[in-house]
Amino acid sequence: MAELTSPPAAAPRMMARMAARLRGKAADPAKRVQFDSRLLPWLFLAPQLAVIAVFFYWPSIQAVQSSFYLEDPFGFGSTFVGMANYADALTSNSYQRVARFTAIFTVLVTFLSLSLGLLLAVKADAVIRGAATYKTLLISVYAIAPPVAGLIGMMFFDMHIGPFVKLAAWFGWDMRVGLNYFDTAFAMIFVSVWKQIPYNFIFFLSGLQAVPVSVREAAFIDCKNGWTRFRTVVMPLLAPTAFFLLIINITYALFDTFGVIDVMVKDKPANNPITLVYKVYDDGFRGNDIGGSSAQSVILMLVVFALTIVQFRFLEKRIHYG
Amino acid sequence: MKITSTIAILALGASTLAASAQTATDITWWHGMGGSNQEAINQISQQFNDSQDQCNLTPVSRGTYEEALSAGIAAFRSGEQPNILQVFDAGAATIMNAPGAVVPAEDLIKNAGYDFDREAFIQGVRYFYADAEGKFVGMPFNSSAPIMYINTDALEEAGVEAPKTWEDFEKIAPALKEAGYIPMTASQLTWMMVENFFSRHNIQFASNNNGYDSVEGTTINMTDEHLIRMFEKLKEWHDEGYYAYYGAGWSDNQGPFEQDKVALWIGSSGSFGGLQQTASMPFSATFLPYWGDVEGAGTNTFIGGAALFAMAGKPDAENACTASFFQFLTSPEVQKFWHETTGYVPVTEAAYDLAKSEGHYEEQPVAEVGIQQLMLEGGEWSRGYRLGFYPQIRSIMEREFNRIFADETTVTEAFETIKEEGDALLARFARTAG
Repeated sequence: MAELTSPPAAAPRMMARMAARLRGKAADPAKRVQFDSRLLPWLFLAPQLAVIAVFFYWPSIQAVQSSFYLEDPFGFGSTFVGMANYADALTSNSYQRVARFTAIFTVLVTFLSLSLGLLLAVKADAVIRGAATYKTLLISVYAIAPPVAGLIGMMFFDMHIGPFVKLAAWFGWDMRVGLNYFDTAFAMIFVSVWKQIPYNFIFFLSGLQAVPVSVREAAFIDCKNGWTRFRTVVMPLLAPTAFFLLIINITYALFDTFGVIDVMVKDKPANNPITLVYKVYDDGFRGNDIGGSSAQSVILMLVVFALTIVQFRFLEKRIHYG
Repeated sequence: MKITSTIAILALGASTLAASAQTATDITWWHGMGGSNQEAINQISQQFNDSQDQCNLTPVSRGTYEEALSAGIAAFRSGEQPNILQVFDAGAATIMNAPGAVVPAEDLIKNAGYDFDREAFIQGVRYFYADAEGKFVGMPFNSSAPIMYINTDALEEAGVEAPKTWEDFEKIAPALKEAGYIPMTASQLTWMMVENFFSRHNIQFASNNNGYDSVEGTTINMTDEHLIRMFEKLKEWHDEGYYAYYGAGWSDNQGPFEQDKVALWIGSSGSFGGLQQTASMPFSATFLPYWGDVEGAGTNTFIGGAALFAMAGKPDAENACTASFFQFLTSPEVQKFWHETTGYVPVTEAAYDLAKSEGHYEEQPVAEVGIQQLMLEGGEWSRGYRLGFYPQIRSIMEREFNRIFADETTVTEAFETIKEEGDALLARFARTAG
């Protein structure tokens, strides 16, 4: 597992530097490099900046622009409507319903995949015999692409032949994924969490292995209780990893679950729960309502932006980077 | 002198030969079909390319119908549109209300010097992709009709006849249930029980002549008493165990029929090819039932499926090739090939007659049901509808139907919601066109 340790462990350190930048402090003055020319650093940055400009800034600007217009899909007529697209979205019942579900979905998926990932990592860390096999088995799920995960989930939860449905029936739960709002939500969260656990597992495990043996031994002398030891010594040392994963998991739940949802609602959301990003797609690409869909994507962008700022401002302050 | 002129003529001949080989005009066709249908499309394109040497057609699958339409739109906006784009029924208003985006098929064909006879097309196909004056804008291609598939064993066991009307169905449903079958399931209620409820009963679907005349102020007739009754009956049958609802997904409702659990399934005439491979029992088919007590009911259904649109902004040479391909596509032999390979109905009467004369329907009587239903007498309101943002209106219906069968709402309330949200979308669409 040693080869796994270094790259994920580096990620929290990168976050620390990012956080420091956000607070307006120079992260590490000792590492400052002097360039001969003022242009040289920009030259090094250029390829990355170009990629960001082409794939992020430019489309974002276009989205903001078209969110103020009502457009016919082919681009013949477009009428400036000011904030009407935003008002339509925010006041519509269906949008509010989707927004509520997205919030619940994001909280549950993030919480469950983080806590289960951590639990498995702590347990796997303690295993000595056959450790590599356990770890490989736990990690392998990560290699599954989201739509494939959705397909597998769909088969498990199929209302006619799904084994999970039969299992639920055994407990008296008449599960009807695709028909019953709650059941579909359950299946979606289940598959999304299942898909994300291995990712969290890898990071938590490498985080745990980065806790020095000397610290653990010292803690063991001071305290017999394993839970207290974990809470007071290991957990604070894991905090940078956990914070990094929190942000990644929220982004995952908001955006990357698209593939799972798309496969699970089979192209026809009907009364089933969907997330905001799926609605952006549904209105924009299936409904060809470009203005409305752009307004929704701008709202989503602002929400994520605000969420990230809040996390760095308030949560990040309480984290100590070793 | 003679020799030099011979050489000159030879050289000239050679150069024209070379030129004609080089100038085979390339045209592209984007479609939304996969699997065996995509293979049939590739075969038709190959046949077209082999039949002449001026044009070279390349078909490209762009995923689903919806994906093909949005890919076509995105490409049009950046000036990279294909020559031919396949657009499905619900997307028809999107493309037909953007008059600069397409060259009407009829104009294209006439400009290329061919004759165009609207009457050559079968009744149900004639108006759906045409403008208010009846001019063909889209070229009908893969057309289907919603029909009722019958589990023949189930009906025999119950000792009943296939229903022609919903009144008949109500009479036989208890016997089918008694025999241990779910009497009925249906896929895609939006198409079967709403859109084609209007066509089959000859009832107006939307104002402004079903949306054909104008986008301004178009509203949908979702509070029609007969439509409400249809869904109240469906709910009642559902609660009594005469009708099972498995959500908006097509295959979830088809599956139990294939597994011999259901007696009657309402599906597409185009499902026929697939069912032959998947159904575990013998089956036949008949027309979509209607309410016998609705005056003037029993008219033909709208065509489902999709049409081909010639995109605007292409050079004349390419348009001529597109026209010659459309011409090729509607020839009886090609239509017959398409019909027999995929199960979609032939769009011209000549192709239907050809398939009939060759005895295709004696071997496969089910293959004839869809086309016969489309050839039923037409009514004022069975020609088609043209509604903007219609895919989203369908989504609203799907949502409300789920809620009806989950007891979260009543039929009347559900249709009031559909009308309110649907009309708002139509008004919004009218503004995009302005």
